[in-house]
Amino acid sequence: MKKSWPLWEVFIRSKSGLDHKHVGSIHAADAEMAIENARDIYTRRNEGVSIWVVESKHITASDPDDADALFEPAKDKIYRHPTFYNLPEEVKHM
Amino acid sequence: MDANTPLFSYLLQLGDNALILGHRLGEWCGHAPEMELDIALTNIALDLTGQARALYQRATELDGQGKPEDDLAYLRDVAEFRNVLLVEQPNGDFAQTIARQFYFDAFNYFFHEELTRSNDAWLSGFAVKSLKEITYHLRFSSEWVLRLGDGTSTSHEKMQTALDDLWYWTGEMTTPSALERQMAAAGTGPDLQQIKSSVNDRVNDVVSRATLHLPTGTWMQSGGKEGRHTEHLGFILTEMQFLQRAYPGNEW
Repeated sequence: MKKSWPLWEVFIRSKSGLDHKHVGSIHAADAEMAIENARDIYTRRNEGVSIWVVESKHITASDPDDADALFEPAKDKIYRHPTFYNLPEEVKHM
Repeated sequence: MDANTPLFSYLLQLGDNALILGHRLGEWCGHAPEMELDIALTNIALDLTGQARALYQRATELDGQGKPEDDLAYLRDVAEFRNVLLVEQPNGDFAQTIARQFYFDAFNYFFHEELTRSNDAWLSGFAVKSLKEITYHLRFSSEWVLRLGDGTSTSHEKMQTALDDLWYWTGEMTTPSALERQMAAAGTGPDLQQIKSSVNDRVNDVVSRATLHLPTGTWMQSGGKEGRHTEHLGFILTEMQFLQRAYPGNEW
């Protein structure tokens, strides 16, 4: 079987001031090539002004089986959302 | 404007280099060694096709006969094309494609850098825009020469063979034709003798960092700039022009 290049996760900043967002993944032999491949695949329609790549193996992900313990408890705690305040008239765009 | 003015012919020559190399790279679509390379090579192909289109459009504009730029791409035969012989050479393996691209990009980069100083406003504007694309092309092909040359013993051997095999097509690029001398004298086109050392230095630098070496042969093949081509161009045109030849004037 053909040995394939490692997988890299790609993050693109769409314009100055915005965050880098995960857009997908690519294969590449090293970091430099990962930038070039990401540039060719994810910015060809003018999607970005900056690229981050990180080898996928360096990402630690939460276990889907832990979802109940990790995320369920937050579901019934609506008081953590700041929706109970009466905003003064003068405050706009909140 | 007479279709045979020097500027018209010069625009065609530049356009032909871009069109034919772009077509060659397009042949990799669906066949590249990795999906990522498939996209990278066709991206470069599209850049080159776009440059060719702009140059042909400008040529038809000067020509003033209201012909579409497609006529220049699809209705000329082999002897009317003025591209250098290097760009029509077959894709071969990936190393051959990279060697062809690298030799061409190194030339093309310094050529367009100089073309930005053309006294023809359209050409200098075109050069400024294209140089950004070509800068990336050169970065891409240089990186691959480095990787393959300084990679495994197999990739090293293939890259060296490719540099050797394509070497004698490279001299033509920096050897000025009568037309190019005329354009340089008029301040419209780069003086090829002047950019030659920059091109050679860049090629030498990348090749030596890649632990490879350039052939020492000094005999160079030529003829493309006068319309004398290798057998390969006819096959390229057969495929590229089929639709317009079989269904004249067809659009979609």
